[in-house]
Amino acid sequence: MKRKAYYARKIKRAAHLLFYRRHRNPGVKGWELRRRLGSDYPKVIKILDDHLEKLDLTVKTVFEGEKPAGEPTLEQLDKARFYTTLRGGLAPKETKMMGWRIDDIAGLATAISYIIAKKGKAPREEVEELLRNKLPGWRVDINMNRYIRYGYLAEDENKQLYLDWRTRAEIDQKALVDLLLSKEKTLNGYA
Amino acid sequence: MSSKRKKQGSEHLQRVIDMCKSIEERSLDPFNVDVDDIIAVVQKYFPEWELPEELCLDAEAIHHLASIIKLQGDWVKHRSTSLYTDPFLLEEKIRRLSKEELATLFLEAWHPIIELEQISLHSLAEATKYWQDLLPLSERWLKTGSLEMETGATTREELVKLRILAEKTFLEELEVFWEELKHRVGREEKIRYWDFIGADNYSETTKRAYMASFLVTYGYATLELHPLEEEIFIKPFEKPKSMLGKKQTVSIPVSVSYEEWVRWKGGKPN
Repeated sequence: MKRKAYYARKIKRAAHLLFYRRHRNPGVKGWELRRRLGSDYPKVIKILDDHLEKLDLTVKTVFEGEKPAGEPTLEQLDKARFYTTLRGGLAPKETKMMGWRIDDIAGLATAISYIIAKKGKAPREEVEELLRNKLPGWRVDINMNRYIRYGYLAEDENKQLYLDWRTRAEIDQKALVDLLLSKEKTLNGYA
Repeated sequence: MSSKRKKQGSEHLQRVIDMCKSIEERSLDPFNVDVDDIIAVVQKYFPEWELPEELCLDAEAIHHLASIIKLQGDWVKHRSTSLYTDPFLLEEKIRRLSKEELATLFLEAWHPIIELEQISLHSLAEATKYWQDLLPLSERWLKTGSLEMETGATTREELVKLRILAEKTFLEELEVFWEELKHRVGREEKIRYWDFIGADNYSETTKRAYMASFLVTYGYATLELHPLEEEIFIKPFEKPKSMLGKKQTVSIPVSVSYEEWVRWKGGKPN
């Protein structure tokens, strides 16, 4: 009973830490969770994740650099950042509630998948050129700046675009590429 | 080493540095660089460098070469991952899919972050500090007290000279502009927006775009949008129509950026 109460208290604290933004960017670093929840924080996060499943939410762990192939070490977890995200996908109608138009989403999908294909780095000029196929010319620059401001893309002094922290936290990059490939197969199938 | 040979060597290294830089900055294929060849060049000149500047140039060339080798390593690593896709193939797929299809696909891979924004203790402390440092209104207004000036009378000519008033009234100018539009349109009912507002220089183009916006707002003309072709036409009315109160009006933002003007000017038949 004592053990159950112990974890119930820790789960509440973990939920508060994860849901409320306390820094400039959302999410909590692993070492912050360890300081607040104790060294068994990975277990607390796992239990919280199980609770959140009923609400179609999940705790997403974004590792520094590439995702470890096997079970992550405590050191890797300490350096990782934890976020609460949607577990499933969004319905097109729901995006309106979030203030996203279909154009904005298509533009973001285009920019991200192109940068993925270009090994995570592409000149802004090239991405904008591609976006002009989908969006009216005058919206391209506005949208690109919006993606950068929100943390989906980052731009360096040489006008090169990269995927930024929000893309790593919110987008399943492999699934996106696979979906694009399979969509093409369907199109070929009809052709 | 003769000074001629030294000069030749430093020019060679500079070319190597420039080539490596352009590959790093423009995401070009790092395998365009033949690393063995460059190492041979660096080795050839190295024993004879003496001055610190010459050695710095050599070190810089090696540094950039190391970056290229790292890029080659990343390239091989990326090709071996499941995320590798031929960029040309993917680009083609993106071009072929409609906006709706792309958005629907993306939504399946997108899991937005859930977060709540709230005022924190830190921001409350910042706000209190700001409030405490803020001077009372009476003190702030003292600083921006206006200077007393003697009043006098002026004439219309003087105002025109000072460029406060234009020689023609705005409405007169607008009507001249409307006549020009009708003349340019001729028997065709409409003209491409850019062909009408575009001028030989950018500042004149922006001025014409400004006037055109009033032609539409005041009911002298209307805009016709062709979203699929991404074209806008301007169509003059025979008589000005007042739209106010009769019909729901819509604002249409039209970008008249320098880049658009250059593009228009470039595509204009001579």
